[in-house]
Amino acid sequence: MAIFGLWVINKAGGLVYQRKFADGLAQLSSNDYLVLAGTLHGIHAITSRLSPVGSSSGAQVFESESFKMNIFLTATGTKFVLITSPAEMSCDQALVRVYDIYSDTVMKNPFHTPEMPIRTEAFDTKISALFGPSG
Amino acid sequence: MAVVEKYVHTPSSWSFLNVTSIFSSTTTMSTHPRLSVLSTASLSSASETRFSLSSAPSLNTALGSSYKPRDQRPNIYDRNLNKTRTSEVSASAFHFLFSEVVQYTQKRVNGILDLERRLNTLGYRIGMRVLELMVWRAEGSSKAPKRETRFLPALMSIHTQVWKAVYGKPADAIEKSVENADEYMIIDNDPPIERYISVPKDMKQLSCSSFTAGVVEAVLDGLGFPARVTAHNTPTQQYPTRTTILIKLEKSVLEREELMK
Repeated sequence: MAIFGLWVINKAGGLVYQRKFADGLAQLSSNDYLVLAGTLHGIHAITSRLSPVGSSSGAQVFESESFKMNIFLTATGTKFVLITSPAEMSCDQALVRVYDIYSDTVMKNPFHTPEMPIRTEAFDTKISALFGPSG
Repeated sequence: MAVVEKYVHTPSSWSFLNVTSIFSSTTTMSTHPRLSVLSTASLSSASETRFSLSSAPSLNTALGSSYKPRDQRPNIYDRNLNKTRTSEVSASAFHFLFSEVVQYTQKRVNGILDLERRLNTLGYRIGMRVLELMVWRAEGSSKAPKRETRFLPALMSIHTQVWKAVYGKPADAIEKSVENADEYMIIDNDPPIERYISVPKDMKQLSCSSFTAGVVEAVLDGLGFPARVTAHNTPTQQYPTRTTILIKLEKSVLEREELMK
């Protein structure tokens, strides 16, 4: 049971926030993270068109032997991605909490530019309170 | 404009709530009450109203209830000025509005001092109205209305009454400067307007509570205590957003206080 990391991807597919909480995943360069986030954005766009009946929410969970990737898509197209161990259960609630914190501390902050990297201190603090300090 | 944290919203439900409320208000707007009363009356008059008098009152009551939905609140101008309980506004809506105010102001200034001065001016406009409303609420029904003429009671009433009227809670402390006799401070440990504002590192000395300072300045001015009011960040370990509103009184005020002793 571990939470490895959190990403926030803007509606254009750019990674605006990336944080690591526990060891267990490969060390990546910040460029790799950007590429991965862009790829995930593309895959998500494809999966949301795969449904044979009507529209679909797109991929919600990617699961592997060693980790699980939980994706939460907001109504405005921002994606929150939580990378956890496969056994982790309450990811959906955690992601909703992250969205809560995001809309309070980031969207209500006059010094944040929408769609740009998140450099809001209060967001960092509250996320730390939720998942523990960065690993 | 009491800002009170009424509920913790989940963003998705909040936005949907707003959408539905907008829709419901437009539908009530589109069927203008006077027009629709006329049209339904003319429709039903053919069938029963014209011929039977007894059914007319029942028709009227039915119409009356259908055109006033129970959940519809009266227009803001028609509400009682003295009822403070229902005059609360959504804290989220206020935070978004204030955030836009700061962004708008920031685009039109050079430097932090200028930004603070402009926020102060905006707060001043609020403060003038707050004082008027507060005095009306407290003294409007009194047989012998009075106003504060001494500085310390006035400061106390700002600390409690003004803060409650504007933010829904009293401020946390009042202090008197040790070095300067003309300086007083109102301290708020967690100012509601700054709750979700993270000032970037390169603007560290900016305090968005300059807006509050403007409110205080207007109230003091209105009561006859001209002063210069500024806001300063004074964070502590326990309260990272603690803010001090510094009041620097004009000489004339101190001289008058001296005479009234």
